[in-house]
Amino acid sequence: MSNTLMTDATIFARRNLEHIRQVPEKLTNVTVQPLMFVLLFAYVFGGAIKVDGAGYKEYLIGGILIQTLAFAMMGPAMSIATDLQEGVIDRFRSLPSRRSAYLLGHYLAEMLGSILTIIILLGTGLIVGWRTHAPFLHVLEALALLLVFATAIIWLGLWLGILVRSPDAVMGIGFVIIFPVTFISNAFVPIESMPNVLQWVASINPVSVLIAAVRTLFGNPVSPVTKHVWPIDHPVDAAWLYSLALVSLGWVIAQRRYRARTTD
Amino acid sequence: MYDNSVRHTKSLEPAPSRRASRTGGITASGLGKQFGDLWALRNLDLHVTPGTVLGLLGHNGAGKTTAIRILTTLSQPTEGSATVAGLDVVHQSAAVRDRIGVASQQSTVDGLMTARLNLLTIGRLRGMSKAAARQRGDELLEQLDLTDFATALVKTYSGGMRRRLDVAASLMGNPDVLFLDEPTTGLDPRSRGDLWQLLADLVREGTTIILTTQYLEEADRMADDIVVLDHGETVAHGTPDDLKARIGDDRIDVKVAAASELVAAASALSAFAENDPTFDTEQLIVTAPIKAGLRVIDIVRALDEAGIDAIDITRREATLDEVFLALTSDRRSHQEIPA
Repeated sequence: MSNTLMTDATIFARRNLEHIRQVPEKLTNVTVQPLMFVLLFAYVFGGAIKVDGAGYKEYLIGGILIQTLAFAMMGPAMSIATDLQEGVIDRFRSLPSRRSAYLLGHYLAEMLGSILTIIILLGTGLIVGWRTHAPFLHVLEALALLLVFATAIIWLGLWLGILVRSPDAVMGIGFVIIFPVTFISNAFVPIESMPNVLQWVASINPVSVLIAAVRTLFGNPVSPVTKHVWPIDHPVDAAWLYSLALVSLGWVIAQRRYRARTTD
Repeated sequence: MYDNSVRHTKSLEPAPSRRASRTGGITASGLGKQFGDLWALRNLDLHVTPGTVLGLLGHNGAGKTTAIRILTTLSQPTEGSATVAGLDVVHQSAAVRDRIGVASQQSTVDGLMTARLNLLTIGRLRGMSKAAARQRGDELLEQLDLTDFATALVKTYSGGMRRRLDVAASLMGNPDVLFLDEPTTGLDPRSRGDLWQLLADLVREGTTIILTTQYLEEADRMADDIVVLDHGETVAHGTPDDLKARIGDDRIDVKVAAASELVAAASALSAFAENDPTFDTEQLIVTAPIKAGLRVIDIVRALDEAGIDAIDITRREATLDEVFLALTSDRRSHQEIPA
């Protein structure tokens, strides 16, 4: 009678995908928005920002990939906050389905969105002239790293959505967190161009480290390191460490918050 | 008065997975729930025989929803214990969820999906196969008169249609015990009548139902037993007839032309009243609970003989407020209605 966890999670994920089918605009932030960013930065700012090596377009893609995946925190946060606000969760909780399947279903659906984002960004990159200059295995490692980072972000987003009580609040809080974290990094400009204090912040910022790792693995230009701290000196190792730590953290706090929120 | 023009809904086809024997009773003893310093529910005792309907009657905040949430495993009781279909709601919550259907006060169907897909999703989450869930969903859409809108997005539904879909969703698993939190709020009289008919069919087949309501009429019509809650406490417990015997059958409102006539009208009425009449000095209305079997014409004559210029005379059911007033006034003397 009872389904497996995975079956239930898939049913929940289908529900999220159905929402997207009905309101395709929901996909804008993972499709059109990254595409627009690539074009804007490549052609509008590209001429003004100087990077050593193969040029700004090759520099840009790693930055936009991580930045866009970081912004994908808003998606799961919004949809879970909406569910909570509408009371849909009570209905699901009164069914004989696995309770943890609900969060897992959200994760699966959001992960499909993030994979789509990665494909669109790499495709657009190829069109504007971005290339990899590294062994195939390194490229694969970069892709794996992107998927793990996306996973971490989605669980953190689920946590945020349960924590905050309305979709509107998610918008506000989400932007306040994600904007500085992604912009005080090497995403669009080399760290050396920043004031001294920000250089320290940017050099340990997981976003910078992830971006440096992806650029390294793709064989794209990496901006010079100005503050020699371990994370930015060993970007690939540090990126794995950060990502796996964030996955564990996100998973634990999302589950815990969910349990607390649905127990009274 | 009741809407007697109930359309007969298509009678319920017994679903294939229906259990042969039903054991869907409900018990609760000393059930209580505390939020901070506030007891939302206190000392609730229930004994619901399988195949009967219990009405939980009370105002907003009386504890009805809290009781439902505990019995449906959504909320943990602070004290006391309860069983549903013979299963403990705290320690066997997963098994309880397998046997119950819940339609909560807030509509919980998904606005961004069609009615059919909503029911399919719920059926699948209950462990039904895709084909079985689809078939059961279509049956229920038919019974609740939603077939024409099966493929419309639920966000385009009216409040009443949503309510009906909520009820359909709660019936997906052929529950032994059905919990309906204010199921007819926002329904027009016709849909209300249809829903009552559907519930009556379910009860005939052995389903146990707990429904909460703010409408005395609904409790009276649907429930075999009524528990009246006020501020979390049980103020009365009995059959609808017990309750009526206690609060008087109907009310008569007499609107007079001038304030000076209020007292005279009240004394003319008191011959018929079961309790002292009450006054509304602004609206110039005297209200009295009247004895069963009384004819309005006799009251009209009595008022006429007393020379009272009655502008309007209305006979109606007691309102929930009046029930509460009647029940809470002698609450301290005895908690249970003497059978």
